[in-house]
Amino acid sequence: MSDAGSTPAATSDGRTSAMGQFRRLRQGDLGLVPVLIGLLVLVIYFQVRNTVFLSAGNLTNLFIQATIFILLAMAETWLLLLGEIDLSVGYVSALGATFAVILLDQQFHWPWYAAILVAIATTTAIGTLQGFLIIKLRLPSFIVTLAGLLGWEGVLIFSIDRQGTGGTIPVQEKVLYDLVNANLSPLATWIFLMASIAIFCWIIIRHDQSRRSSGLDSVATWITWAKVAALIASGIVLVLIFNTNRGSFTVLHGMPYAIPVDIVMLAGASFILTRTKAGRYIYAIGGNAEAARRAGINVDRYRLLAFILTGVTAGVAGLLYASRLGGISDGVDGGNLVLLAVASAVIGGTSLFGGRGKMVNAVIGGLVIATIYNGMALIDMSAATQFIATAIVLVVAVTMDSLARRGSTVTR
Amino acid sequence: MTTPGPTNGPSTRPGPATAAGPGVDSSSLLSLRGISKHFGAVEALKHVDLDVPAGQVTALIGDNGAGKSTLIKAIAGIYEPSGGEIFWEGRKVSIHTPRAAEELGIATVYQDLALCDNLDIVENMFLGHEKTRTGVLDEIAMELRTKEVLADLSVSTVSSVRQLVGSLSGGQRQAIAVARAVMHESKLVIMDEPTAALGVSQTAQVLDLIKRLAARGIAVIVISHNLTDVFAVADRIAVMYLGNLVSSGPVANYDPASAVDLITTGESSRTAA
Ligand SMILES: Nc1ncnc2c1ncn2[C@@H]1O[C@H](COP(=O)(O)OP(=O)(O)OP(=O)(O)O)[C@@H](O)[C@H]1O
Ligand SMILES: [Mg+2]
Repeated sequence: MSDAGSTPAATSDGRTSAMGQFRRLRQGDLGLVPVLIGLLVLVIYFQVRNTVFLSAGNLTNLFIQATIFILLAMAETWLLLLGEIDLSVGYVSALGATFAVILLDQQFHWPWYAAILVAIATTTAIGTLQGFLIIKLRLPSFIVTLAGLLGWEGVLIFSIDRQGTGGTIPVQEKVLYDLVNANLSPLATWIFLMASIAIFCWIIIRHDQSRRSSGLDSVATWITWAKVAALIASGIVLVLIFNTNRGSFTVLHGMPYAIPVDIVMLAGASFILTRTKAGRYIYAIGGNAEAARRAGINVDRYRLLAFILTGVTAGVAGLLYASRLGGISDGVDGGNLVLLAVASAVIGGTSLFGGRGKMVNAVIGGLVIATIYNGMALIDMSAATQFIATAIVLVVAVTMDSLARRGSTVTR
Repeated sequence: MTTPGPTNGPSTRPGPATAAGPGVDSSSLLSLRGISKHFGAVEALKHVDLDVPAGQVTALIGDNGAGKSTLIKAIAGIYEPSGGEIFWEGRKVSIHTPRAAEELGIATVYQDLALCDNLDIVENMFLGHEKTRTGVLDEIAMELRTKEVLADLSVSTVSSVRQLVGSLSGGQRQAIAVARAVMHESKLVIMDEPTAALGVSQTAQVLDLIKRLAARGIAVIVISHNLTDVFAVADRIAVMYLGNLVSSGPVANYDPASAVDLITTGESSRTAA
């Protein structure tokens, strides 16, 4: 076409990307910066109050505590991105785990992999069913999953009490028990974490370099290497934390198996969200469902996919939960769990209004909640104070979410 | 007053005359016959007949609520018509979904633009048509192509194609929506008030762009309330009045005065040519 127009419109140099950063700041899209600052403040506070906080043993414990919040928040994120919510996810994950634990005990004696499969299949089926009702019958997800919150608790109590073990079924099978309660060897810890970091670094380097070699604006080379260095450093810190002996009478070291589970789930979910059409469509539907429809996207199919992925993630969360508690009881508070899951996602920076958020936000948010619970317990604060502190953090997070939303539409 | 029938200018598309329905001009890319649309009691379209030839700009004009947007939504697969027939390249078609319209080669820029504010320019440009490599999104290829298309259309005001669309001005958003519609090889591009929100120079650019599309052999339907723009760009004019298509024909048959009459009263005693 016309030669006059062939000077690239959006010619770019390092400056534009700095401008882009600034624009995002002004839009209120600060990314992870505020929540990481918040986390740092909490860490410093608790460390000052009690020096046990930053000990290897306590940090490992904190990561394990965070696992359940992280995975449930990841489950919730699939739906929050669509502007939907799942209030039932706490009981659903517990119900999946219940079935696994029942199938693993003396009576049935299923192999661990079959029981785990049943747990995940159960939560996936429930997610699919609820999603189907919400999408096909155009029911609000809030109400359908509120019914789920009540209904699945009923099924859970019924299933557990039928076993006649007094309301609790212990995990007696080794693999499921070890998921949270056993550790990789220090060498395996090194290998797993360094391999993960290497893959992640390789992705970052390749991404930045291919942008540079295609003539697209990219960050300066030193920033790429700074990111890589920071990743490697944090990986080494993690290894050192996990590999420090935290036992008092016997040697106890290495990374709990739950952590690799978290990492694999995070990597898989992030891959789907950022690298595949399905992920792109979930964002598009959350941002403007009508625009997505007009772009030819089968909106209902991808909404259902999100409900299915919520179910899958909830299944994994439930197994880790049962492993951590060493069993499952009819007193599981799935209502509290789901609220903390939503809080984790939102504190991490995922929007309640749909279309904005990342899986890694669930991880950071989950760590914040776990830090509050862990630290408050260390400095002997009451449960009441823990609730209030969590509430304050949540209100701050949701306020920032709302401000960011206003900031990004005000220029329209 | 209705001026149905012969298209002026060279007929670029000799369609198969045999498959055509009654009264369908086989030289038209798109022919509507008796299209109607009800919204409950509201009759938004009443037996609309329209022929849209390739390589020409058809301006669709009419007062607020005349049914222009409803008509193009029926063509674009957003609304299913309550009655009537659509012929595409002489063959009867039914366009139930936006995807079906797209597969025929119909691209639409809506009045409300239908962009995702939470996605960036590249992501919006390729929404529903992402480029992939072994199943993984090929961001680099999409970004390069986006820059190419925007440069091609002389869209020079956006500083980065990785900017969120929600942060763009109205004119920039319009430009992105137009660029998105023309990026995919389309035979018919429909634009609902593409210049309504634009400043002087961006309006001129969009009008220029519309002419260039037509010169490439693409059929263009433009809805506009601005008669200056209409007469600057249109090869044909179609006028809607209260859901009726009251007049259509080559632009030479109209002048601004008769166009205003048709828009406001549905008829005109003054007829140019
Ligand atoms: N989804 C809908 N439901 C009910 N009525 C509708 C709907 N869409 C349009 N209408 C009605 O159909 C008629 C035609 O509307 P339409 O939007 O097609 O007008 P228009 O010619 O595009 O007007 P404008 O120039 O203001 O954009 C109006 O009376 C409008 O109220
Ligand atoms: Mg309109």
